[in-house]
Parts: sequence; structure tokens; C-alpha cells
Amino acid sequence: MNSRMNTVQELKIGLEIHCQLTNLQTKLFCDCFSNYRNSLPNENICPICLGLPGTLPLLNKRAVEFASMICMAFNCSIPEKISFYRKNYFYPDLPKNYQTTQYNSYELSSIGYEGSIEFVGDSKSKPKTSKGNSERSKIRVTRVQLEEDPGKITYEEDKSAANNYSLIDYNRAGVSLVEIVTEPDFSSPIAVRTFLNEIVNLFEYLGVTDPSLEGSVRCDVNVSVGGGKKVEIKNISSFKEVEKSIYYEITRQKTLIMHDIAVKPETRHWDEKRKVTVAARSKEEEEEYRYFPEPDIPKIILGNKFVSRVRTSMPELPLGRLKRYIEVYKITEHTAKILVNDKRISDFFEESLRYYNSPIEISNWIVNELLTKINEKDRQGLTDHNVRSLDILSVSPSQVAEIAKLVEVKSLNRTIAREIFDKSVDSGTSPLKIIENLEIEKISDEASIIKIIQDILISHPQLIEQSRSNPNVINYILGLIMKETRGRVNPQIALKLIKESLEEI
Amino acid sequence: MKSLYELPAFVVSRKIKEQEITAEEYISIIIERIKRVDLKINSFISHNFESALTKSKAIDKKIKEGLKTGLLAGIPVGIKDNISVQGLKNTCASRMLSEYVSPYNATVVGKIEEQDGIIIGKLNMDEFGMGTTSEYSSFGPVRNPWNLGYVAGGSSGGSAASVASMQIPLSLGSDTGGSVRCPSSFCSVIGIKPTYGSVSRNGLISYSNSLEQIGPIARTIYDLVPLLNIISGNDPKDNTTVRKKYEYKTNTVDNILKKKYKIGALNDLIDNSEAEVAQSSRKKVKQLEDCGCKIEDTRIRLSDYALASYYVIATAEASSNLSRFDNLRYGYEGSPEGYEWNSYFSESRSKFGDEVKLRILLGSYVLSAGYFGKYYTKAQKLRSMIKREFDILFNKYDILLLPTMPVLPFKLGEKTLQPIENYNLDVYTILANLAGIPAISIPGGLSKEGFPVGVQLISNAFEEQKLIDVSILLENIEGFETWIPKI
Repeated sequence: MNSRMNTVQELKIGLEIHCQLTNLQTKLFCDCFSNYRNSLPNENICPICLGLPGTLPLLNKRAVEFASMICMAFNCSIPEKISFYRKNYFYPDLPKNYQTTQYNSYELSSIGYEGSIEFVGDSKSKPKTSKGNSERSKIRVTRVQLEEDPGKITYEEDKSAANNYSLIDYNRAGVSLVEIVTEPDFSSPIAVRTFLNEIVNLFEYLGVTDPSLEGSVRCDVNVSVGGGKKVEIKNISSFKEVEKSIYYEITRQKTLIMHDIAVKPETRHWDEKRKVTVAARSKEEEEEYRYFPEPDIPKIILGNKFVSRVRTSMPELPLGRLKRYIEVYKITEHTAKILVNDKRISDFFEESLRYYNSPIEISNWIVNELLTKINEKDRQGLTDHNVRSLDILSVSPSQVAEIAKLVEVKSLNRTIAREIFDKSVDSGTSPLKIIENLEIEKISDEASIIKIIQDILISHPQLIEQSRSNPNVINYILGLIMKETRGRVNPQIALKLIKESLEEI
Repeated sequence: MKSLYELPAFVVSRKIKEQEITAEEYISIIIERIKRVDLKINSFISHNFESALTKSKAIDKKIKEGLKTGLLAGIPVGIKDNISVQGLKNTCASRMLSEYVSPYNATVVGKIEEQDGIIIGKLNMDEFGMGTTSEYSSFGPVRNPWNLGYVAGGSSGGSAASVASMQIPLSLGSDTGGSVRCPSSFCSVIGIKPTYGSVSRNGLISYSNSLEQIGPIARTIYDLVPLLNIISGNDPKDNTTVRKKYEYKTNTVDNILKKKYKIGALNDLIDNSEAEVAQSSRKKVKQLEDCGCKIEDTRIRLSDYALASYYVIATAEASSNLSRFDNLRYGYEGSPEGYEWNSYFSESRSKFGDEVKLRILLGSYVLSAGYFGKYYTKAQKLRSMIKREFDILFNKYDILLLPTMPVLPFKLGEKTLQPIENYNLDVYTILANLAGIPAISIPGGLSKEGFPVGVQLISNAFEEQKLIDVSILLENIEGFETWIPKI
């Protein structure tokens, strides 16, 4: 009993991540657009991606470069030569009834292999002694492969049995897809979610995909509990659902083990509505893919030259940026991490610096003010898909730069600055305009300030006497002035004038 | 005086350019000839007569206006029905594609039209190119012009029979394991399988991608060479084509004689052939020796294993290539209405003929996970060993000589029931496909009973010029044009 309880605890999760190379102009093997999302059904097709008789695949070299960049980001080895394989199976969304992909069982054919990537989060490879979850854990990557996306089937009803018809749209067929297969190195659903968020960010830094597009980054999951058989979960629409499906699957498998029922190695589909995994038709498990080398695409020799060329063209990645923010901009590690963990926010930050070069002040405005707002909206469920988006707020980098400059250069009081910033973000108006309209700019002319000081001294005459023995009274008076003016008085000028007023009496 | 349809294309084309005759006249004569003769031969699946006439008028107009015209001005070319011609049915002689009209031109077809060649129709074949007799056609068998009760050879039977029976001067076939050379041999015409990668396969409906090439068929080497030049060369639409463009010449006999080619006669294969076939090859060897060529006996040790290697690779690739035919997007008249996917796939794929089904099953079997190493990997290993053996032979010889087919043409229906016997007929031709090297079949005379015999010449990759040179010698020794069927 005891030993079983122990093994039940062991949880192994592996991922198969599919990333569409949406930033490519054209599909993997033809000149049709990668961007099929704005086309009418079966409009973005040609004889090649429709698999018409006699057509041949024409490899998109840029796709190989993009895939190599992903491999490098995942610290994979890139082989001298790569090749393509056919995965044969009949399905109506496959125009040729085979998928052109890569396959490593008979030779090393994939664009990347044996990599690893660190991420902030919880994983079993993390040393047990570590404290907190800011430690970076390592996930091993089995392989990275380049392949074509199939078309899309739309069913009349969700339940396939109830279908009278289904419609096929081949617009997506042939779009470049990179599959990243990890080792089962995750030990919790939350670690998976954290990891996925980080790698989506990485894809954005690489400039290979736009993760905000629906279906551009997808993920299948392998789960095994207590050293048991591996179960694959497919058909998961978003990262939130990935996490939920893993929780469900763990519970399901633990329950089976508890009742001494063996967990079957199988493929299950995630039913998003009912929040359960459902066994896929058993036929699918027996599938025989009859892999063999694609004869129409000769082996592609990459070589050192190619690899070094791609390496030099790699954009700055999150870790590089983090280092720069901490070392050059002197931003705290905590703040810097928050910035780089979302490329859009990090880019927003850098754009703001072009208007006003004060990294610390601007980073604080973004992290403390802007992101809080985004998170609020996020909780209200206003954002979709797998990415948080600055787009939900109509705010531009110049607005953040202006508010930072007002505080630092014009000594605008922070409390007021926050109010102005809120208004600015809500309305999209520049902070400077708002200040002009509200006439709440600092009172800096000495005559007005002296008038206020005199009014205070008249209503609080005891302060004059107290000031002679207690120097802190000056600050108290300043506080009263600030209260009176809602902080609009320049404190340096006010202090000077208070002293002068007291001396004059 | 000879009728126009009897003349070689290069002669007619000159007459058209010199306005001795019009392209329209010539095409009309050709159409008449086809209408009259093909009732007996069955070499065409579909015709393109109307568009051919229109095109011929346009060419005549160009010539009258003094505009430049292409190398094939006014010359009709027949296209095997597995090569895509825009707007024409492309059936592969299969019920599966009985209603499929190609929306695009194969690269070779585009190149022919650029040279003002005229696509006259689509030619009969074994279904999807799978066969050695052109009997496995859902449009009925092609008949041998020398004897209508006999097979024309295959799978490009229509391409060879239409040229042999003087319906058209030129055609294109495709050669996966001898499909151009076998019917060329059985019908007494010249057919070449070029080096793998020298002619674009874009638009050729794949049977076995890594083995096949499109090749021209003609009655004289002087017609074959220009067509070969036109269709070959790099194609951005086929990643397996090579960069370099080879330009082939029709050298003079004197120049060729100076080259003193070294020829290896594959004597064991010659001896293993039917007596009259062997006799014809030996006669050719003698003729070449008399021309000053150096002749030696040699052999290919691995030829015994070639057939197994070939059928594993060809059927494996075919099983995958033919997967796309499910009648969802194109094919025959029929609709998936009311079917569940899998039952519709079964229904539509039952339209394949038996030989095609047999090869799909074979191919699916050798690719199954447990058998891949046992069959496919081994077959590929043998293939590279055969390549190496050829490399060694071509260090010694310019050309290897052997019969194209080990047998004479046989009666229709005689061998269709014995697949293994049928496959064995391919032994001499598949060698060049496995090695990716060029091979040509040229007429080698007639048997006592009046059946054509073919002789095959093989050279190293991209050395088609040697094949052409030796063919010119042989054509000049014994004019091929004397071996023309009376029809």
C-alpha cells in the first residue's frame, strides 16, 4: 500500500507544441499566403496545396530558417542534413491523404534534436533544496520538426454522430508548422502553463509567429501518473484549457490506480464543454502511418555556414534583454523580468524610452500602473487566446513617457500623476493636455504661495511661536499647504517661502 | 510520293516555315489519319482537334507575317494521359479520374507550346502507368500496329503505337521501369528515358517519384533529339531537377566515328532473351564493331536483385502517391453526400483497377512499421549498390548494350493473369530507373514473323549525347523508316 501511494505521487508531463510560422509570407510548399485567416473558405489555395495530381512540393527556404531559429532558441542541435517524410493516413482535411513532415525513427531527419530550455517555474529537474519559484528549471526538448498544417473541418454539430454534413476548408492546408516535442519533464499543470506562456513569448521575440492569432500556437499533452502508461490528450484549444485538462487527467488516472485498474496507453480528446477527457476512437490508436522519405524533396544540406548565418540573424531573446535591463538600465530584476516576459510590453517600454529616456521611472509606470489595469481587464475575461494584449488598452508609449517626464522633470505630485494617467489611459488623451484642461499645474509663482502661507499663519498663530523652538514646524506648515492646494505647490519653493515668512515676522 | 503524315517532324516543320504547306493543312491531314487509324489501335483517350486547328491557323498567321516561330512550329505532339494539359481530361486511364480536367499545364507541355508545338490529344496507357502491356486501361487495351491481336507494350503503349502507326510524329511518355522503352521496342520506334532530374516531373501524375522521368518517342533520332532538348532542363517547379541544362546535338556520322566509343555488351542478359531478340542485339553489336567501336563482353552482377528492389520501391511510393485519389476534390462523377468519411473512401477507392489495387496493397505492406527495414531499407541499399556497380562499369565503357525486352510482343490477354511473369519482363529496363541513368530503345529489326525487336543502350548519368551518337550510327546503317507497319 505504502509503495503504491508513493508512486501515485510521481507525475510526468510532456508536451507537443505546434507553432504556425504565421510571419512567413507563403505556405511551406507553395506560393499561397500563410495568412489564410481573412480569406473566404477555399479561396487561399492552389494546385499544390490542394494536392492536385502531378503537383510537387516546393520547399519554402525561409521556413527552414525560421524553424532553425526556433531550434537555436531551444538550444537544439541542428544536423548537417535534414529531410522530409510522408506520414500516410486518410483524413478529409489532408488534401493528399498524407502529411509531409519529418521523422527520426529511420534516420535523423528533423531540423532540431536534443535541446533544452530553462524557464521560471516548477519542474522536477529543479533541485529539491530550492526556495521560491523564481529558480529556472530545465526542460529537455526531444526534437523540433517542420511540417505542413492540414485543412480545417467544420462540423454541423459538435457531436459527430449528430452530423448530417461537414465542410472542409483547405485555406490552412500547407501552412508551415513547427512541432516541438519535450521530454516528460514537467511535474505540475501550473508549470506547464508557465512554460507555455514563456515560450509563446519566445516565439514573439523570434518573430516567427503572431501568437495572438487564433490557433497559431497549439499544444497536445502526455500525462502519466505513478510511472504508469502515457496518455495523450489532444484537441485542446487554449493554454488555460491545457492546464484544466491535465488536472482532470491526473485525477482520472489516480482514481483508476486507486481502484487497481490499469491506465491504458491511449489518445484522449479534451471535451471543453464538459471539461473531461474522452477516449478517442480505438481505431486511431491502431493507426499505421507507413512513414517513408518524401521522394519529391531532395535532402537539404544545411551545413555550418547556414547555421552560423541564422545564428547571427537571431533577434535579442528574453534572457539577453533581461541582462541588458538589469545591467545597463539598472532596473531591478523583479521589474525587468515582468517587462521581458511579454515582448509586447517590453517593446512598449523600449518605445517609451525613445520619447523620454528614463528607464527606471518608465518601467515603474508600466509595471505598477499599466499592467495592473491589464490584469484587471484580464480577470474580467476581456482578453482572448493565449496572450495578454496591450491592445485592450488604448495607450501609446508617448503617454507613459509624458507622465514619467512630468513627475521627474516638473515634479508633479505622484498621487495626482496617477489620476492624470488613469484619465489619459481611459480617454487616450495625452497627459499634458489633461493637465492644461484641469488647470492643476503646479503653483510656482511666489506671490500666490506667500498668500497661502499668510492665510495659514493667520488661522494658526501658535505656529509662529512654536517654529522658533521646533524646526519641524516648517514641514508641518508645508503639509498644511499641500493639503490646501491638493499638492499642487512646488515644495522646494514653498519651503523657502515658509522660512522667509517666519523670519519676517 | 510520301504522304505528309509519313514524314519526320523536322522535315514537315521546315516545309511549314518555308510556306510550302500550311500548318493547318498538315494538322488536318494528321486529324484525318488519327480518325481513320486509331479505330484499330486505340492509342488515344481524348482528342484536342479543335484547339489544334485553331493553334495551327495562328502559327500560319505568324509565319505569313514574318514573325519568329518555335522549333516545333505546326508539329502535333501526343501526350500520355498521365501528363497534365490545361483544360484537357487527365484520366491516367483510370475510372478514378474519368472526369478530372487539369487546371494547369505540366512544365513539359508548356515548353512544347512555347516552341509552337501542338497538343493533339491524350494517349492511352496502363492505369496510372502500372503495367507492361497497356492492357490495364479502363479505356481498353492499346493494340500493336504490327499485329492488332498483339500487345503494344506499356505502360506508354498509346505514345508508342500512335507514333509507330504514323498518326503523329512525336509523343511524350513516362518511364518508371521501362514504360517508354518497352512499347518503343514492341512497336519499333525510338524512346528514351532521360537521366533522373533532367526533365521536370511537374504535372506528371506520380506513380513512383524517385524512379520516373518523362521521355519523348519518335520514329527517327533526328526528331527525338529536338524534343528532348525542348523538354529537358531545370524547373523551379520540380525540386528534383538538376541546375545544369544539357544541350544535345545530332552529330554527323563522321564525327561520331572519330569518338571510337567503348561498348560493353551485357551478354548474359542478351543470352537469356528469346532467340530472335538475342540475335538482333548481337547483330547490332557486330554493326558497331564494324564502325570501329571497341566491344567487350561484360555483365551486371546485381541484375538478379534489381526486380525485387524495384517493385518494393515503386509500390511503396505508389501506395502513398495514389492516396490522394478519394473523389472528394476531383475524380469521377459521384458525391460524398450521405456517406460517412471512411465508407466514402472505401467506395471511391474501389474504382481503381485490380492491378493498381494489387500494387497499393504491396506498397502499404512494405511500408508498415515492422517491415520497413526488411523491405524498403534493403531495397534502397540494393539500389545504391546497383548505382555503384554502374559507376564502375562506366569507368570502362561509354555505353552498355542489351535488349530492351527479353521477349517479342505477345498476344493480348496472354500474360495478364500472371503478375510475376509480367513483372519479370521489366528486368532489363528497370536497371536504368534504379540507377537514375539514361537509356534509349531503338529499333533492332523484325523477327521472322514480322514482329519488332528493340535494342537498348544505357550510358552514365547526363551522357545522353553518347546514346544519341550511337543511335545515329545505327539509324544510318539500317534506316529505321523501312520498319513501318502497314496500316
